[in-house]
Amino acid sequence: MKKTNIIIAAGLLLACVALPAAAQLKLNGAGATFPYVIYSKWFDVYHTKTGIEFNYQSIGSGGGIKQITEGTVDFGASDAPMSDAQLKDAEDKQGTPIIHIPTVMGAVVLTYNIPGVQTGLHITQEALAEIYLGTITKWNDAKITEANPGKTLPDLSIIVAHRSDGSGTTNIFTDYLTKVSPDWSTKVGKGPSVNWPVGLGGKGNEGVAGIIKQSEGSIGYVELAYAVKNSLPYALIRNKAGEYPEPTFEAVSMAAAGAAKNMPEDLRVMITNADGKGSYPISGFTWLLVYKNMKDVEKHDALVKFLRWAMTEGQTYAKDLYYAPLPKEVVKLNEAKISSLGTR
Amino acid sequence: MTQESSAIPLTGGTTGDGGGNPPPVASVPHLRVAHIRWNVGDFVFKHLTMLFAIGVLSLVFLMGYEMYAGSALTISKFGWNFLVTSVWDPVQEQYGALPLIYGTLLSSFLALLISLPLSLGVAIFLSELSPRWLERPLSFLVELLAAIPSIVYGLWGVFVLVPWLRVTVEPWLASHFGSLPFFKGPAYGFGMLAAGLILAVMVLPIIASISRDVLQAIPNLQREAALGLGATRWETTRVILSTAKSGILGATLLGLGRAVGETMAVTLVIGNRSEISASLFNPAYSMASVIANEFSEATSSMYTSALIEIAFVLFVMTIILNALARIIVWSVTRRFKTA
Repeated sequence: MKKTNIIIAAGLLLACVALPAAAQLKLNGAGATFPYVIYSKWFDVYHTKTGIEFNYQSIGSGGGIKQITEGTVDFGASDAPMSDAQLKDAEDKQGTPIIHIPTVMGAVVLTYNIPGVQTGLHITQEALAEIYLGTITKWNDAKITEANPGKTLPDLSIIVAHRSDGSGTTNIFTDYLTKVSPDWSTKVGKGPSVNWPVGLGGKGNEGVAGIIKQSEGSIGYVELAYAVKNSLPYALIRNKAGEYPEPTFEAVSMAAAGAAKNMPEDLRVMITNADGKGSYPISGFTWLLVYKNMKDVEKHDALVKFLRWAMTEGQTYAKDLYYAPLPKEVVKLNEAKISSLGTR
Repeated sequence: MTQESSAIPLTGGTTGDGGGNPPPVASVPHLRVAHIRWNVGDFVFKHLTMLFAIGVLSLVFLMGYEMYAGSALTISKFGWNFLVTSVWDPVQEQYGALPLIYGTLLSSFLALLISLPLSLGVAIFLSELSPRWLERPLSFLVELLAAIPSIVYGLWGVFVLVPWLRVTVEPWLASHFGSLPFFKGPAYGFGMLAAGLILAVMVLPIIASISRDVLQAIPNLQREAALGLGATRWETTRVILSTAKSGILGATLLGLGRAVGETMAVTLVIGNRSEISASLFNPAYSMASVIANEFSEATSSMYTSALIEIAFVLFVMTIILNALARIIVWSVTRRFKTA
């Protein structure tokens, strides 16, 4: 009995000595703006739990990739996976590979302003691509009306709106169009900003939403979280299984679950146009970018522990902050990946 | 603001001695220093201030050089084609800045076209015609316009100006002047016209308040002389205006400088489309806006280089505009002196 007391006392003493050292630990990160809200929440909660401080600057995915490549931060964040060339460049510069860890998910929804048409307009993949290519120019085009029996659509010109600033949202959206439309893939392609065949550019989600609010006959894409918070009308986009799922967080998680079966080993995957019943077709991950072996061992271990926490307790914060949590299948893959980083 | 104050002494020269050239004023202290005993304080003061002056100059050169070096990739790949082609496609890594240059220049000149007569009217009223009790509050209000942050103008543009243009102005223009190429196409509200108008509002207080200062700097003797010769109020104002010509030109070019560099307000209303179109109803793009929009997500080095080259072109353009302003002011001043 006495012995255990001594051990406990010694343990407590050790903890007291160890704690201040841990409290000084500060991890710097930079990158995507989309997951900023949940990351701030995670960092805040984790700080009160463990005393480890995080400093995250939401400067955009491009900036995050640049900074982790140059080694000026401890971790990066991006809405688009790094390219092979970027990975090689970073490994050459930092002497250790960069690992992608998907953290939460987002989706892109199409919102519109058509007088007399409520939320829930059905749009097929082909029609959506043609609207953005500029080949469908009127709302009463047969390709749109066919998908909407019982609805009368006006003879109104379509005003296309898109993001003018480079963004992960555009990357997910154009990735989707590239997958569903061969025309789009040859003429435009995918990326955080592209050469749009038609349309007006708005800065940020609020810029696009502004254009749509101001212009009758307009359609544009915004983040799911933004659409939910502002209760914007949204279109239902047909998925690969032929259904028109509601853009809910469950449908987004479902898309990831469908994609988990064929996830590549490095977890760099775009899950737009995913297989599986009920999956929302324009969904995507956002990633944390970490070094496989950080030079600072203490920081490395702290980051690995944080990632484990983010996969378990962290995921429970997602829905309240309008993010879709990762499905179990992806969490499992992530945990294996995180274990491979190891703590030393 | 510093530009503004530097323009005033220049225009002061038009009213009498000195002209735009400072040499006589600058050389006087030198002569005195040579004759008076050597003083440590003076020495330190002189060299310290010189260091500051050189610092500013080298900062400009350093910025220019950094931008030039940062855009090496696109300069070597596209050369002059960067300035004369019009495809801006980050996916295919094709960069042509012509529509951006066109958008910046056209929106700025449109702004001047609208705001110059207005602001001259304001300046003339304030300095020549307005009763005393009205002049003070009115001047204050005009200067207040210059202090409004550009994002506020931008939001006003999106929520007030754009709907008004779409519903009222553009359909009216299309039905009355629709045969002109400037007023063709669908009325979006967002586009070149909106950008030109919002810039006009932003530039107006600068031109108006500097022009007013210029007019007020003209000695009353001139007005009295004109009136004494039997000139009417209008004729007197014309005499005063011709005296103040160079100063007003300087004010205009400062306004142009503001319009060229404006980012936030423009990007919110211009429609952000990299395309050259004769119609003012169509969306366009500007150089400052494309940098603000795309730099944070530009990942490839070619892309970054293209954006830095845009910044470099904008930088050179501003220098040319400012130099042009100085040259015009000097030449007009000289002509006035000999006349």
